[in-house]
Amino acid sequence: MPISLTINGRPVTVDVTPEMPLLWVLRDHLNLKGTKFGCGIAQCGACTVHLGGVPVRSCSIPISAVAGQQITTIEGLGATALHPVQKAWEQVDVPQCGYCQAGQIMVAAALLKTKKNPTDAEIDAAMQNICRCGTYNRIRQASGRPCTAPRAR
Amino acid sequence: MTAPAPIHRRSFLQAVALVGGGLMLGSFSAPDDAMAAEAGGPAADPFVPNAFITITPDGKITIIAKNPEEGQGVKQSLPMIIAEELDVDWSQVTVVQADSDESKYGRQFAGGSLSTPMNYDNHRRLGAAARAMLVAAAAKRWNVAASELTTAKAAVSHNASGRRATYASLANEAAALPVPELASVTLKDPKTFRLLGKRVPGVDNRKIVTGKPLFGIDVVVPGMLHAVFEKCPVFGGKVVSANLATVRRLPGVKHAFVVDGASTPLDGLMPGVAIVADTWWHAKSAREKLQVKWDEGATAQQSSEWFAQQAAALAGKPADRVVRKDGDVEAAFGSAAKVVEAAYFYPFLSHATLEPQNCTAHFKDGKLEIWAPTQMPQPGRDLVSKTMGIAPGDITIHLTRIGGGFGRRLKNDYLVEAAWIAREVKAPVKLLWTREDDMRHGHYRPAGFHFFKGAVDANGKAVAWKSRVVVEPYMRLGEFPGRFVPNYLLEVSNLPHGIPTGAMRAPGSNGIAFATQSFIDELAHSAGKDPLQFRLDLMTPAVPAAQGDAFNPDRMRGVLELVREKSGWGKRPAVKGRGMGVACHFSHQGYFAAVVDASVNAKGEVKVHRAWIAGDVGSQLTNLSGAENQCQGAAIDGVSQALGQEITIDNGRAVQGNFDSYPLLRMPRAFPVDVHFRTTEFPPTGMGEPALPPVIPALTNAIFAATGTRIRSLPIGSQLA
Repeated sequence: MPISLTINGRPVTVDVTPEMPLLWVLRDHLNLKGTKFGCGIAQCGACTVHLGGVPVRSCSIPISAVAGQQITTIEGLGATALHPVQKAWEQVDVPQCGYCQAGQIMVAAALLKTKKNPTDAEIDAAMQNICRCGTYNRIRQASGRPCTAPRAR
Repeated sequence: MTAPAPIHRRSFLQAVALVGGGLMLGSFSAPDDAMAAEAGGPAADPFVPNAFITITPDGKITIIAKNPEEGQGVKQSLPMIIAEELDVDWSQVTVVQADSDESKYGRQFAGGSLSTPMNYDNHRRLGAAARAMLVAAAAKRWNVAASELTTAKAAVSHNASGRRATYASLANEAAALPVPELASVTLKDPKTFRLLGKRVPGVDNRKIVTGKPLFGIDVVVPGMLHAVFEKCPVFGGKVVSANLATVRRLPGVKHAFVVDGASTPLDGLMPGVAIVADTWWHAKSAREKLQVKWDEGATAQQSSEWFAQQAAALAGKPADRVVRKDGDVEAAFGSAAKVVEAAYFYPFLSHATLEPQNCTAHFKDGKLEIWAPTQMPQPGRDLVSKTMGIAPGDITIHLTRIGGGFGRRLKNDYLVEAAWIAREVKAPVKLLWTREDDMRHGHYRPAGFHFFKGAVDANGKAVAWKSRVVVEPYMRLGEFPGRFVPNYLLEVSNLPHGIPTGAMRAPGSNGIAFATQSFIDELAHSAGKDPLQFRLDLMTPAVPAAQGDAFNPDRMRGVLELVREKSGWGKRPAVKGRGMGVACHFSHQGYFAAVVDASVNAKGEVKVHRAWIAGDVGSQLTNLSGAENQCQGAAIDGVSQALGQEITIDNGRAVQGNFDSYPLLRMPRAFPVDVHFRTTEFPPTGMGEPALPPVIPALTNAIFAATGTRIRSLPIGSQLA
C-alpha cells in the first residue's frame, strides 16, 4: 500500500508493508543510513528522528502511523549547514565508536529548540539515549552549550 | 634488511612494519585504484614511500589507518604518529581505513590495548623515512646539504636562502630516491612534537554527526539480500527440524534453510536456520513464524545456580593449579593479629555493543568478499577459509567502522554465518542479528568466584594472603599483591561449562580487580588504616621483581599519589551516607588508580558524584582528547556494569535479551570524570582497557565508606535496599 509522508522536507511515497517500522523504511527503502538500529524495542534511542519536530524512536513506529507527517532525520538536520549541535559535537569531540551519536544529536537538537540554556536536570530528563561507550560527560557538554567556542587546545 | 632501492610507480619497494619488532621489505604492484583515481589519474607519479603514506603532486596527503576502529580512537591516533614525524599539519591529512591485508600492513587487529605499543615506534619510523626522502629531494634540487633544511606543514625550507618547497612539489623527485633504512632513520626529539599529545577531534566526526554511512550495518552491495539466523537458545544445540515450507511462503522471503554447522567450537559456525528476504524487516518478521525443534544438548543442564554450587564445592577441594606460593600462609594466619575471610562473585556479562553483530558477504566465481565490523579480520578470514574450504587468498575483507567492540568482535561467528549464507543463496547478503541474538549468543565475560583469606600484623601490615579462584583457566591472573605479601598462596580451580566466553574490555582484570582491590580494602579497614595509604605501604619497600614480572610498584605509587592529590582524598569532612573509595590496577601495560565519590540514599540507591582517574601509560600520549575520552568512558562503563548488569544462565540459555533487562547507564546516572596523566620515561602504551578495572572496586569501596556495607557480589542491584 503506497504511503506518503515528508522526509527532510521532501515528499516521499513508499510502497511497503504497513507494519514496517519507520526505521527500516528510512534505512532500507530510502537508503538513509544515519538512523541506527540498536535494540528494536524503543530502549536505546539510536533510531531517534523528529516527528513533527518531536524526538521519537523510529524502530517502534509503524510506517502507516506516520502517513502524511513530517519526519526529520540526522541527514536532514544540517542539510544546508551544520546544525549548532552538530558543530558542538565536533568541537567537544564527543564520539567514541559513534554509533549512538546521531540519535543523541537528534534529541539534543529537539531539546535546544525548547530550552536555549538547559539546566543539568533538563538535560538529564531529555537525554535518555544509551551511549555504550559512556561519552555522557561530553554529550552533556555539547548539549548544554552548543554555541560556545571550541575548548582551548 | 634489504638494501634501499629506487621506487617506480608499478613496482616499488614497500616497507612494511611488522608488529613485534622487525621490518620487512616487500613489493606490491600499484597503489589502490581508488587512491590512484583520487590522485588525479596517472599523469603524475605520487610519492609512496611505504604502504601507509601517499603524497600526490596535487598536494593530497593520505595516511592509512591500519587497525580496526571500534571507538578506541586508533583511526585517529596511529595516523597522527606518522603525521608527526612526516611533519605535516593534521588538517592537510586524509585518513583512509585499510582493508585487511597483512602483506601490506602486518597484523591488523583491535585488542589488548596493543595498537599503540605495537605500532608507536614503527609508525614514527614510517613518517620519518618519508620526511627524510622529501628532505633529500629538496637538498638535491637546491644542491645544499640536507642538514641545512627544516620541515613543517608539509614543506621543506632552506632558511639560509629563504627557499621553500611543498612536499607536493617534491613528490616526483622524492619518489625516485632510495627508501632509507627504517631501523636507522632519524626521529624527532619528542620535545619538538607539534601534534602528539594534543587534543585532536576524531577523524570520522563529520561523518558521524551528519549520519553518513560508516558502519558495517550501513554497507550496501547492489542486488543484496537480507538475512537473519536463528540458533538454538541453548549454546551448542542442533537443529532437528523446522517448518521451512511455511516460512518460505511468507512475504518477501527468498530462501529458508538449515545450516548444519557444528556444536563446537562455540565461536565457529553454529547450527541454525537462515531466512533470507528482500528486506531485513521481512526476514525478521518471517522468523517470528519460524518453529524449530532443537536437540539442546548437555549444556541445557547448566544454570547460574549450578555454577555457584560447583564453585563452592571446588573451593573446598584441592586446586587444579598453584599460580604462586610464597612463605607459609597457614602458619602466618596462626600468628597474625587479625584474619579476614571473604568470598567474591562477579557474573557473566554481555559486551552489548550498540551496533548489533552484522556482516555483508558476496561469493562469486570462487571468491568471497566480506564487509565486516570485526576486531580480528585475519583470524576471521582463517575461520571462514577453514569452515568453507575457500583459500585464504580468495577472501577479501573490508574493514568498516565498528559500532562498539569491547572484545565481542574478536570473535568472528557472524562473519562465517554471513559468508556461508551468501554462498548458499548465490547473492550478496547482509546478515544482521537482533539485539536478542546479540545478548543471547554472546561470548560473555566469564563469571568468577574468588575465595580469600588474609591477615595483618599488629602494625597493620599485610602478612598473609590466600586466594582460591574458580575461573576459566585461560584468564590471566594478575598476581598482585603477590610479591608484596610475605606469605602468599594463589590457586585456581577450573570449572568446565558450555557457556561461550571471551575477552571483554580488560579481560581477566575487569573481574579480578573488583575482587582483589575490594579484599585489600577489607584488610585495610581491619588494620584501621587509610585504604589509600595501606596500598602505598603494601608496595613499600619495593620487592625485587621476578623475571617476567612487568609490574613496577613505583609507577603504581605514582598514580595513587596523583589521584590522592587530585581527588582531595582524606580532606573532606565525613558526610553520613557518602564516601570515597580508592582502587588501583595494572593491566595492558598501563597503571591506573581511581577514586569514586558515591552516596547511598535511604532507598538503597547509589549515586556517583564524581570519579577521578589517574593513569600512567608512559612517556607520550598520542591524542589527549581520545585518551581522556577513553578514561571517562571506562569510568561510566565500570559503574554501569557494577550497578545492574548480569547475564544469568537458566537451562543452558542466557536469560536477558535486551536493554530492558540488561540496563546500561544513562545520562541521569552519569557523573563527571576527572582524568589526569602522569608522564614517565617508559614506552607509550594503550588506552582502551586499563582505566576500567580500578573503577568498579573504587565504587564498591566508596559504598563501604558511605554505608559500612561491603559489596562482595556484582551487580549491586538492590543489595543496599
